[in-house]
Amino acid sequence: MSNQQMNSKLENQDYPVKISWFALTWRPILARAYPRMIGVRRQPSWVFHEAILPILSVAAFAYVYRAMNAPESYIGFVILGGAMTAFWLNVLWSMSAQLYWERSSGNLELFIMSPSSMMTILAGMALGGMILTSIRALVIVTAGILLFGVVLQPISWWLFLLAFLLTLLALYGMGMMFASIFLMWGREAWHLVNLLQEPVYLLSGMNFPLQVFPTLVATLAAIIPLTIGMDSMRQILFATPGFWPLGFELIFLTILVILFIYLAYRFLRYLEDKSRQEGKLTIKWQ
Amino acid sequence: MQNAIKTENLTRTYQRSKKSSKKSSKKKWDNSQPQELVALGGVDLNIHSGELFGLLGPNGAGKTTLIKILTTLLAPTSGKAFVDGLDVVTQAREIRPRINIVSGGESCGYGVLNVEENLWLFSQIYGIPTSIAQERIQQMLEIVGLQDKARTRVSQLSTGQRQKMNFCRGFITDPKILFLDEPTLGLDVNAARSIRQFVRDWLREKPGRTLLLTTHYMMEAEELCDRLAIIDHGKLLTCGTPNELKQTLQQFPQFQLVIELGNVDQLNISTIPGVKEYRLTPLQENPDSRSASMPVNSVQPIFSCHLTLAEEAVIGQIVQAIVSAQGKILQLQKHQPTLEDAFVQLVGHRLESGEQGS
Repeated sequence: MSNQQMNSKLENQDYPVKISWFALTWRPILARAYPRMIGVRRQPSWVFHEAILPILSVAAFAYVYRAMNAPESYIGFVILGGAMTAFWLNVLWSMSAQLYWERSSGNLELFIMSPSSMMTILAGMALGGMILTSIRALVIVTAGILLFGVVLQPISWWLFLLAFLLTLLALYGMGMMFASIFLMWGREAWHLVNLLQEPVYLLSGMNFPLQVFPTLVATLAAIIPLTIGMDSMRQILFATPGFWPLGFELIFLTILVILFIYLAYRFLRYLEDKSRQEGKLTIKWQ
Repeated sequence: MQNAIKTENLTRTYQRSKKSSKKSSKKKWDNSQPQELVALGGVDLNIHSGELFGLLGPNGAGKTTLIKILTTLLAPTSGKAFVDGLDVVTQAREIRPRINIVSGGESCGYGVLNVEENLWLFSQIYGIPTSIAQERIQQMLEIVGLQDKARTRVSQLSTGQRQKMNFCRGFITDPKILFLDEPTLGLDVNAARSIRQFVRDWLREKPGRTLLLTTHYMMEAEELCDRLAIIDHGKLLTCGTPNELKQTLQQFPQFQLVIELGNVDQLNISTIPGVKEYRLTPLQENPDSRSASMPVNSVQPIFSCHLTLAEEAVIGQIVQAIVSAQGKILQLQKHQPTLEDAFVQLVGHRLESGEQGS
């Protein structure tokens, strides 16, 4: 059927034209992911800010470990940590605080009054962020491996892929949840994002093994998907002992994925209703 | 006739925050100040299906609050609102595929994307297939004269161009009910004119389409709207066709004449049947009030004559009486009240002066 025929068929139908649930799910996800993905090509300055600068920070830790004659796997930890930092920053600045910016620009009210669910918009933001940041992370990992000659000894690439995807899903699920909450806090979101950034660097053990923490602190830190995600990936890539057994960590990550996405959904519904009651959905510069 | 939009005693109040109340009162706490701000106070409105309905009112009148409620973005405090027969509170999800909104001065979209891509993005959140969306985007860009900017990034557009893009965004989803909130704000005369023409054509193109327009331009409202409502301080003041609103100001036809007359005593107009009001004022006392079209070398006194007649036909007898009194008619004008006159009468000030003051 030609476009013209399809168009005239749509226009001759009674209102409203029926759009399937499936189309109202995957189209908004891809559409919202698009601005992030296209940004890789159109804003090449990211190479400097988000690839070269993190490599410098990774290099500093790597040289410290080398000077201390630490195990070579520690340099691998640092490189993996540097790559995962990119995801954490993306979740904080481009997921958690994003709905607040969307409201300021006027996009939020258009998303809310559209037939698609806000969850699809958040999922699109997450998908775009994951793809974009994966490219950045890959640049950091490649540069790190080439510079420091890190040898990867994965027990299974498939297992690594599983752990990596579960980590990303849990991490971005948490970002989706934060996005809903931060929407209500308005300008405070900026401070909260700042507040979360540094403690997570420490608690997730980005540059050192998690076992250096007391058990209680490490257990509490496990609620951050980055912590257990990185621990499991280290176990797979460098065959080093982890904080928990690998199987348990993968199950725990799966639970986090479900929990964060469910909480994001519940918070979003609750906050959308509450915002409609209080008239906060469309007020700019709250 | 089926109602596209219906509101029943629709009320929306906002709680004043203690912080702002304290600030405004400059005291610790001003208990005399009301704790609630009434944005809409019991609005009853019926907008028929297929109608182009206008909503006029100064800033803070409640227009935007009403639109936010109808577009499911804001919940009413009390009362009911229905869009296409669906309740805005309990059936918001069913309403959303049927509506869209274009607001003047909005800055939506993503600067990293170009015009086409932004419009495509907003079509996708309505689930429209890409091929159809692209076709509609091209059509709309042509209508608003933005086709040469289709590949330009939004961050590089002027305010007017951005407004044109937003206008396109509202139509590409083919809504059944469209809300246009100051759609021609910031547009040049030609663009505004072509948009008005398009809006008229769009509405007639497919039965069932309804359009709710808010505007600050009286001419735009008069030219476009089938019916209008004037709203102020959250209350609906009046509702009717532009002619009905104007007629509320003037029950009987009124005429304004400028006449040259030697002997006033010879003119006897007030006794003519059908003359409801007659006022003769000498014009020469105030030369500034004479129009440029009037002869400056008149030898006889010149008068301004204001008439209110029972019916228009009586003007014939008036003309005859002036001629019989050897007078000369220099100017004859029927006084037509404008929509702005009706607005001023109801609201108490002009729309523009109200905007500046608020």
